[in-house]
Amino acid sequence: MNVMSDPNADRKAWMGLLAKAPAAELARLWADVDVPDYKVLRAPEIGAVMVRGRAGAVGAAFNLGEMTVTRCSLKLACGAVGHGYVQGRDKDHAQTAALVDALMQTDRADALLAAILTPLAALADARKAERASKSAATKVDFFTMVRGED
Amino acid sequence: MQPAHLEGGFRDVPTEAASAFRQIMTAMAQPGTICDVHGAKPPAPMSPAAGVVVLTLCDPETPFFLSEEFDTEEVRGWITFNTGAPFVAAKDAAFALGRWDALPLDVFPIGVPEYPDRSATLIVEMETLQADVAVLSGPGIEETAKLSLPERAAFQKNALLFPLGLDFIFTCQNRIAALPRTTKVS
Repeated sequence: MNVMSDPNADRKAWMGLLAKAPAAELARLWADVDVPDYKVLRAPEIGAVMVRGRAGAVGAAFNLGEMTVTRCSLKLACGAVGHGYVQGRDKDHAQTAALVDALMQTDRADALLAAILTPLAALADARKAERASKSAATKVDFFTMVRGED
Repeated sequence: MQPAHLEGGFRDVPTEAASAFRQIMTAMAQPGTICDVHGAKPPAPMSPAAGVVVLTLCDPETPFFLSEEFDTEEVRGWITFNTGAPFVAAKDAAFALGRWDALPLDVFPIGVPEYPDRSATLIVEMETLQADVAVLSGPGIEETAKLSLPERAAFQKNALLFPLGLDFIFTCQNRIAALPRTTKVS
């Protein structure tokens, strides 16, 4: 898919970030934000989604397995609708993610970006880098010993 | 994109859906019985009762047909958000919503002999719903019952198709009544 032409690319990026963020970290960052008035459209509910994949990112899709997901939808007083889909069973996490999604569509987007999304993205990058370096440390170079046949 | 009408689903989904299901099942099991249902506030022109039926019975695996009057962006948005049901042409529908004159009865699936359940259930929006006009008899009715059906011939023809055929749920404001394919109309 061409990311440049996808009008929802930004929203996909922040929803993905919120979905994968640790609930505790999001809750800590959210504690400093003014919570706006909102109305719940779909109370947080827990379900399962089928995760699909492609071997090597090519070929036919196969079902990798089910994972637990919590979702929530709500509407701010100004009319913006936010949806939160997060991994795990934490209902507060889903509701906070939906609130952030809704606020990102209002004029508070820049403040939210600085207060929540940028720190979460930094955390995600740090975790990714840490994991990559841990696995890099266990890298093995294979070579063939000279067998001394001559 | 400005979100369409999304409010008006069940607040407490498990409880409200279960009690609505009980009412719908009673209406279907005892044709002619008029039951009250509550909990949904769908966008116009859908009645609250039709909203309750949709919320209770539809999900992503029930293809849905909307007659022209009901085929608005708001109704589509509300049904999609609350149930996930896909919208299809009448010949593929498992559920359909419309007024009596706007539903193409000959087109809906009536099931096949091996699977008579692969038929459509029609949600018919009515101006009035009361116990008069047509006389009903058959399974679930002790002697006879009465219901203000929009006509008789179509239901008599439908009953002849048994075990195939269509099932009907009539909705009016907050009230529902039902007419399964087993009921004889006279």
